[in-house]
Amino acid sequence: MIEKDKNKNFKKASSLWGEVGEGRKFMRLSGLEPLILNENSNFINVGERTNVAGSRKFLRLIKEEKFDEALDIARHQVDGGAQIIDINMDDGLIDGKEAMVRFLNLIAAEPDICRVPIMIDSSKWEIIEAGLQVVQGKCVVNSISLKEGEEKFIWEATQIKRYGAAVIVMAFDEVGQADNYERRIEIAKRSYEILVNIVGFASEDIIFDLNIFPVATGMEEHRRNAIDFIEATKWVRENLPNVSVSGGVSNVSFSFRGNNTVREAMHSVFLYHAIQNGMNMGIVNPTMLEVYDDIPKDLLEHVEDVILDRRDDATERLLDFAETVKGTSKEKTADLSWRENPLQDRITHALVKGIDAFIIEDVEQARQEATAPIEVIEGHLMIGMNVVGDLFGAGKMFLPQVVKSARVMKKAVAYLNPFIEAAKKAPKSPKGTLYWKTADPMNYKLLLEHSKKMRNQPTEAESLLWKVLSNKQLDGYKFRRQHIIGNYIADFICLKMNLIVEVDGLIHQLPENKASDLERTKWLENEGYRVIRFTNKEVLSNLDNVLEQIREALAIPPLGDRGPIGKILMATVKGDVHDIGKNIVSVVLACNNYEIVDLGVMVPPEKIIQTAIDERVDAIGLSGLITPSLDEMVYLAKEMQRQNFEVPLLIGGATTSKAHTAVKIDTQYKNAVVHVNDASRAVTVVGDLLNKKTANAYVAKLKKDYDEFRTKFLKRGKEKQYISIDEARKRKYKIDWESTEIVKPAALGIQTLEQLSLKALVPFIDWSPFFRSWDLHGKFPEILTDKVVGEQATTLYEEAQQMIAEIVAKQLLRPKAVFGLFEANTINDDDILILKKPNRRKNVISSKVEKSQNDKVIFRTLRQQLKKREGIPNLALADFVAPKESNKTDYVGAFCVGIFGAQELADSYKAKEDDYNAIMAQAIADRFAEAFAEYLHQQVRTKHWGYAADEDLTNDDLIKENYKGIRPAPGYPACPDHLEKDTIWQLLDVENKIGVTLTESKAMWPAAAVSGYYFANKEAKYFGLGKITEDQLTDYSERKGIKKEHARKWLHPNLASPY
Amino acid sequence: MSNIYKALQERILVLDGAMGTMLQAYKFSEEDFRGERFKDYPTPLQGNNDLLSIIQPEAIKTIHAKYFEAGADIVETNTFSGTTIAMADYQMEDLVYELNYQSAKIAKEVANEFTAKEPHKPRFVAGSIGPTNRTASMSPDVNDPGYRAVTFDELRIAYKQQAEALLDGGVDILLVETVFDTLNAKAALFAIEQVKEERKIEVPVMLSGTITDASGRTLSGQTAEAFLISVSHIPLLSVGFNCALGANLLQPHLEAIANKTEFAISAHPNAGLPNAFGEYDETPEEMGEQIEEYLKKNLINIIGGCCGTSPEHIKVIANIAAKYKPRAHPSIPSQREGKYSTL
Repeated sequence: MIEKDKNKNFKKASSLWGEVGEGRKFMRLSGLEPLILNENSNFINVGERTNVAGSRKFLRLIKEEKFDEALDIARHQVDGGAQIIDINMDDGLIDGKEAMVRFLNLIAAEPDICRVPIMIDSSKWEIIEAGLQVVQGKCVVNSISLKEGEEKFIWEATQIKRYGAAVIVMAFDEVGQADNYERRIEIAKRSYEILVNIVGFASEDIIFDLNIFPVATGMEEHRRNAIDFIEATKWVRENLPNVSVSGGVSNVSFSFRGNNTVREAMHSVFLYHAIQNGMNMGIVNPTMLEVYDDIPKDLLEHVEDVILDRRDDATERLLDFAETVKGTSKEKTADLSWRENPLQDRITHALVKGIDAFIIEDVEQARQEATAPIEVIEGHLMIGMNVVGDLFGAGKMFLPQVVKSARVMKKAVAYLNPFIEAAKKAPKSPKGTLYWKTADPMNYKLLLEHSKKMRNQPTEAESLLWKVLSNKQLDGYKFRRQHIIGNYIADFICLKMNLIVEVDGLIHQLPENKASDLERTKWLENEGYRVIRFTNKEVLSNLDNVLEQIREALAIPPLGDRGPIGKILMATVKGDVHDIGKNIVSVVLACNNYEIVDLGVMVPPEKIIQTAIDERVDAIGLSGLITPSLDEMVYLAKEMQRQNFEVPLLIGGATTSKAHTAVKIDTQYKNAVVHVNDASRAVTVVGDLLNKKTANAYVAKLKKDYDEFRTKFLKRGKEKQYISIDEARKRKYKIDWESTEIVKPAALGIQTLEQLSLKALVPFIDWSPFFRSWDLHGKFPEILTDKVVGEQATTLYEEAQQMIAEIVAKQLLRPKAVFGLFEANTINDDDILILKKPNRRKNVISSKVEKSQNDKVIFRTLRQQLKKREGIPNLALADFVAPKESNKTDYVGAFCVGIFGAQELADSYKAKEDDYNAIMAQAIADRFAEAFAEYLHQQVRTKHWGYAADEDLTNDDLIKENYKGIRPAPGYPACPDHLEKDTIWQLLDVENKIGVTLTESKAMWPAAAVSGYYFANKEAKYFGLGKITEDQLTDYSERKGIKKEHARKWLHPNLASPY
Repeated sequence: MSNIYKALQERILVLDGAMGTMLQAYKFSEEDFRGERFKDYPTPLQGNNDLLSIIQPEAIKTIHAKYFEAGADIVETNTFSGTTIAMADYQMEDLVYELNYQSAKIAKEVANEFTAKEPHKPRFVAGSIGPTNRTASMSPDVNDPGYRAVTFDELRIAYKQQAEALLDGGVDILLVETVFDTLNAKAALFAIEQVKEERKIEVPVMLSGTITDASGRTLSGQTAEAFLISVSHIPLLSVGFNCALGANLLQPHLEAIANKTEFAISAHPNAGLPNAFGEYDETPEEMGEQIEEYLKKNLINIIGGCCGTSPEHIKVIANIAAKYKPRAHPSIPSQREGKYSTL
């Protein structure tokens, strides 16, 4: 919320300060990484908790020399978004110089802290200097002033300059502290002139602290304290070139101590106006800040009256009003009353609400109360997750919330795992049983001898059972007999499945062990074993039944792993890199107690098959986004059939469809194949498939359904009529090339763009698909107020905003783009000939000018063949470029944009068991890639090509594609052939220029990437190719110089009779 | 002295190549290092290359001359370790002034000879100021991250002495190079500013950092751009990178700073990465091809070589550099220097 608020304020500020003319210089600071202001800079938030004067906790830690904890405070601030950290050690009871040096030296060893610049804060020069001597980056000194005269001021400033730091100058001089508008200006002006003209200090490295003083103190002379500051800020920013203005905001509300509602509102109002007037950095406690727009109207009015000194009785009115809001102050920290509830309620609450702050604490308590750590997972956590599952099933929770629940669950399980592993190490003592205490290490030897004896003297029933269990005869499970466990000897045991089979209840144990069968079973179960018992008679008279029971017992996963109800393999197929959907399905299934074996992206089929066998998975889920992935899925279905798999196959991903699944995949595999198109369906589908009782009927129903669908679909395919490609070419879209406007691009050739700020892309983000990727359907921004999903969408949106702010601030994602604009003409109806270098001869592309082959590239386009009404054209992209015969030189462009770093970012979250933010990071990177494509297209239209130099479109217009010209992408409806990406790559040298690569299936890596063509003609429009017939396929493969079967493979979704 | 600014506007200036690599060929023994003067010195001296400026001055002069012949505009003095801090290894702290003074003097003699022969191509001497063997912002003790083996003031004093001696010996430029810890470099810059103020002179200063590995950061953890920002408070003749990486691997870091500074840009990369035997085996032609990429991209004002480069490398580089225009950058040394010193 705070981030959002700041952005909002900042936008207004930037519009004011962005207009300052050329030659403006901006402050540049550095830690391990740069912090550079520019005309679009956000308000720079200075972390203030590492200040002994401002934080009692920090003071105590420094006094007690608990530097590790003090470092945590610094780290917390940086993690929380502080862009600079202020460090102050001015306290009478500590050696400020030594503490400053020690703390800064320690910070230098913490890259996650010292990546941001340091603000060395002291009123003592010797401490400032000591600090400057131990920091390698460009710091800020806080502060110097004219208080003790010019000579000292000049000397200190000269030293600071020599140490290479920026400086905060307090509005203070020999007379005293500036406390009105005129004095602030007077001192700022004088300080500035001395610094710039005498010291030679870089003006952009000067920051003025113009003294924020309290208002509403009741004293007449304080009435203008805030407005004077704000107006002086404006004057300073307008009259003293390049400087910054800073201040400590909380002072302003000093007289309302104890009434946080009013204070927070005052801070927001003050900042809102100060930032608009040019305050660009400051010390702000983010928990003491209300969102400007959220301030109730009446409170806002009263506060603004005071801050802006709008009425004589403003203070009295606010004081009166403050009484009415006193006590209603809302806690910024969340409502913690649920912490009073019983343990199970707390755990359930944490899971349902996705709160991970207390889960370790609660799980630890549960673990201590439980007899075995596994019980916490099977009990407390599963009870909570079942509630989550129920709410989700009932549509009362939404996907993002469920993913957050999963995050909490994972954290809890990660905490418990070491305990579970430790508990598994058998043999172990049964807790609290007396006989174990009296046992001595000799027991093992005795047991060993005993078991040997028993092995040699089996009962008749044991002999019979061993005959059928030995040598892995029973379904390949290995059994041992007379196996020692703890203080017991088991008759038969399958160690892999932790299953013990006992015959006749005969107690084969040491005579002194008097434990009953029941106790013994209990102990064994506690240790993670399952025990089934048969009488001698059962074994001898009904062996088949006994074996069937053992089989059933084996089919249930071992106790220790009883948690999951099924194991699902998930993979994005070979050649494909898109996995947001897959990750979401994985998380949702994991929440519903399935174990997920996630093989990641670009997984070769052999690996999927082998892992499925090795891990004995219960179902396989395949995901893919691009067309060739469909073939991979078909191939995998065939392989599964060939190797006699029985597990269900789930198909998902943007390019998949029920039709393709029914027609191509379902027919290859005798067992269940299901197309799962959204994550929320995955749970019920998998549940039905794996439920022993209903599975058969469900699969039969599925098969029938797909069969019917297939029949209908194939029939429907034949009902449409197509015309020949020759006929279609005659009906091409005709532009009047004599009259149409052709604009020559301002800059021909290839350009790259790597230094772009992500911030520039934010306004271009199209949010609706973001919500779709989370299974929240609706149009942005209406979705935020939607009755059903509005609340969840709002939360998701806010969290996305937070992550975007962090990504932008820390430059966690790197946008790169390459694009080129070229001379081009359509040749032979459907091909577009590109000249990499402009033709020097005046007259278009003439066949006489045979340039080297390298300089020419041909885009192959595909033409609609559906039979249409008379007068409706059959389109191809080539129609939008002037044909060679027209003797006009036309132009086309191509581009590729990529967002780098998303994978690393997602992985960093995954490493912290945080799938929610991992998915969020990927989804945001995807949005950035699309936004970048939109941004670049606009730049091309208005600047680089310049055919629409004066367009003025809103983001909404852009989303609605109201612009002139188009940017179709290979693999999408107008030009579905992914192979054409190769041509773009060759033309623009994409891989070398920006590092976006193509997989064998022509998916782009990084996955957050967009590539395509630019067509500028005002008649160019987006269209869908639809289906094409064999004659165009033949023609296309010949033009392209590839085998027809190869072309068929890549185009089959577009073939009228593909199958 | 303002000649260097003029030359820098006109063409890409060529810096020399490795000194150490050239000295290895002489295979100097312990006795050769000692000479008559240090016959009975208590510590082993072999490997103290800076000492050779006094003991084997002809070898050093010959190497400088070879580089000038190969086309270098600027040679670096043989003073990479010429501080009291680095010389402590040989207990030769007291010799620091003389080492720097003599090194500067002989380099300048050679430069003057060449300038006299070819007045249209004046030759320059850059006083090499190495990083010392201690780091001011990192602890050598893993158990005590707050410990420092050297302070800013110790470095400042040592650097000041070196800078003064080099200037007395006649260098045209001070080159603070192979900066792996920015704080060390800041101490050197601080010292140089003090010398400038005390002597009321202007001295062109080149500053060259070292990106230690593929992480793209200095040893002390800064990104190329953060490094640039941290040293830009002093008017520099040039800023750039040297050592640790070959030319191709250095390129992205040069690109990262080239359009973010008004200073000239310098680079003197290694002849590739060391092979399994620790030798640099990139040929002059191989290195030249990579350097040409810089020039095509208009990244460079001063180019030379570091570890493993020889006069052959510099010759190839000089020939290539002659074909290209220097990167455009504002011509005037910064006017930010205050008027305070003249008041």
